[in-house]
Amino acid sequence: MSTDREAILRRLKTKLYRDENPITDAFSRLQAPPLNIIPKRGANDLKNKVKNFIEEAEMADATVTKIEGLASLPKVITHYLASQNLPTGIRVADSLVDVNWGSQPLLSVKKGRAKGTDLVGVSRAFAGVAETGTLIYLSGEENPSTLHLLPPTHIAVLMEKDILGNYENAWTNVRLKCEKNAEGATSLPRAVSWVTGPSRSGDIEQTLLLGVHGPQRLHIVVVGNG
Amino acid sequence: MESSAHKFKDLAFTARRDAHLQAALGKLGSGFSLKRKEAARRLPEFEGLRDQAKTIKDHVLENLDFYLERFEERVIEGGGELHWCGDADAAQKKILDICRKANAKTVTKSKSMIGEEIAINEFLEKNNIEPIETDLGEYIIQLRGETPSHIIAPAVHLNMGQVEDTFREKHTTLEPGRKLDEPQRLLEEARSQLRDKFLNADVGITGANMLIAETGSTVLVTNEGNADLTHTLPRIHIVIATLEKVVPTLEDATSILRVLARSATGQEMSVYTTFCTGPKKSKDEDGPDEYHVILLDNGRSELLGSEFQDMLRCIRCGACLNHCPVYQTIGGHAYGWVYSGPMGAVLIPALIGLDRAGDLPNASTLCGQCEAVCPMRIPLPGLLRAWRTKQFEGSEKNTLGKILLKVWVTFVKSPKLYRGAMNFILMILEIFGRKSGGFQWLPLAKGWTQSRDFPSPAGPTFVSQWKKGLLMSDQEELQKRQKK
Ligand code: SF4
Repeated sequence: MSTDREAILRRLKTKLYRDENPITDAFSRLQAPPLNIIPKRGANDLKNKVKNFIEEAEMADATVTKIEGLASLPKVITHYLASQNLPTGIRVADSLVDVNWGSQPLLSVKKGRAKGTDLVGVSRAFAGVAETGTLIYLSGEENPSTLHLLPPTHIAVLMEKDILGNYENAWTNVRLKCEKNAEGATSLPRAVSWVTGPSRSGDIEQTLLLGVHGPQRLHIVVVGNG
Repeated sequence: MESSAHKFKDLAFTARRDAHLQAALGKLGSGFSLKRKEAARRLPEFEGLRDQAKTIKDHVLENLDFYLERFEERVIEGGGELHWCGDADAAQKKILDICRKANAKTVTKSKSMIGEEIAINEFLEKNNIEPIETDLGEYIIQLRGETPSHIIAPAVHLNMGQVEDTFREKHTTLEPGRKLDEPQRLLEEARSQLRDKFLNADVGITGANMLIAETGSTVLVTNEGNADLTHTLPRIHIVIATLEKVVPTLEDATSILRVLARSATGQEMSVYTTFCTGPKKSKDEDGPDEYHVILLDNGRSELLGSEFQDMLRCIRCGACLNHCPVYQTIGGHAYGWVYSGPMGAVLIPALIGLDRAGDLPNASTLCGQCEAVCPMRIPLPGLLRAWRTKQFEGSEKNTLGKILLKVWVTFVKSPKLYRGAMNFILMILEIFGRKSGGFQWLPLAKGWTQSRDFPSPAGPTFVSQWKKGLLMSDQEELQKRQKK
């Protein structure tokens, strides 16, 4: 409603004495976002970042396996599913095209967005943040958001080189990847999701319960270069 | 939402005698508060981050018009629509409009305090659209026809048995003999009930923890993942947010997120934090076709530049509730409106009017715990004191009251005058109040006696009794009252 718009803005400008008080530092803040305080916790060499990431993710009730190279991914997933007594049907993101799923004939692999009936979703994380063991997903044709939201079990594939110290490092990479408008402002994907552990609630007598609407299990496979 | 804040004293009285509620509230101190303390201890930069978060939000408030206009530009550029709404009515109408155009029958909702503020559920129901709350706690209280009693733990006042009874009563298509004796079973039942609702809803309504001017994004924080299913599955995503939620950049949002979960539940980060920007892109396989942001004022602009401006920094973490001895004694419902605890006691008078907020500014011992834990360093006790002063000063129209106040101040300043006057007044009150033990009407105090009786004095003043050596012990006093 344009009338509400004008009325609200007029009220704000009056309250802020905008005639006398010019806008301060706000233009430059948007042009070149300054860095705020960043916890030292994540600042480390790669080896220790990976270690921190795994510790923090486990603290948030995720489970983590580390492998070398993508070749063994299908086997590792098959083992994981067996260990959890889960069926072998998985819904997989297109961002994992390089993986030779045929190497595990037991796995039945579907592509595309997740459906309500899918039990296991596998997608690739854009980054991992050591600070809190957080995964970052960018939505898009290669990585539909439903994959990490709908199935009760989610398997996240995270390349070791994508493990970063803090969220600010991740924003830098997101900005590099995304298109810019004429003024240089970043156009984000529809959904940038930070995921720290499996879904949970404390709504019934403050008891911690996993798997409310999002996945009950979050298994992270960290893939090294080897 | 209808307010019953003016009945605060009665509601608080009842709450203190509710054994279920008292048991539930007892867990707050050992739960959230301890976890917050541990999270703060783990992060050496925590106090610095609090200062930073405060500075960011103060900067936003000084430039609120600028950031909102930038945010609007970016939302439109990203293919979304932005609707400015002055008050609850305007927001309700706009939301209904969008739902009608989409021919919507059902709406999934992710917990939103602004949704409560504008009573969107009741409004949609009246217009034959079914709103379905998806946050587990909100779902439970929606089934029970209750309102949230805590801004982040809406069903904190309930125990397991009460949830079980509600599910048995409302989920009538399920096997009556099923077992529901563990929290996990209750959770699974709620999850399966809500699954189809998620998949079939036409519209998803969420709140927003923040709005980002740099990118036109809305930030959603949950632990359950219900907000994500709410904005990803239906054809239309509607975000309702108030003006003060805007922050400049992704980095600024990040700094505030670092103190939010730690202050709220003691988590390092909530499970799901999603930055939503626009409808789905051309090649996306999932996501909504339409993205609407309802940008609501509902009293916020009035607080800007006022002595209550600091309250606009609030990020609704709930820490002040979790650490408040008054909240822990009476729970959230006693506050009578959407918000509760110290932040509620400050915000409710600001949003619905001091005259309708009754005793809320007095719902605090001013112990200072809330300010000590508030991540945004809001001086809550100071703001409560400011409301008390305002309440005391009375409305502008009440000039007679003001004159009397001045007279009273003169008397108070002179002990002799005061004692003489008090003894005189007591004599008068004794004579008139003797029969019933209370006054249903008093001259010049209509505001008070409209909703309650003014108690008649128990006897002479403390000082005059003491002088006569007549002061009774509490015990004797009690006996005397009981005999009456
Ligand atoms: S007033 Fe402070 S502590 Fe209370 S909810 Fe708001 S931000 Fe949290």
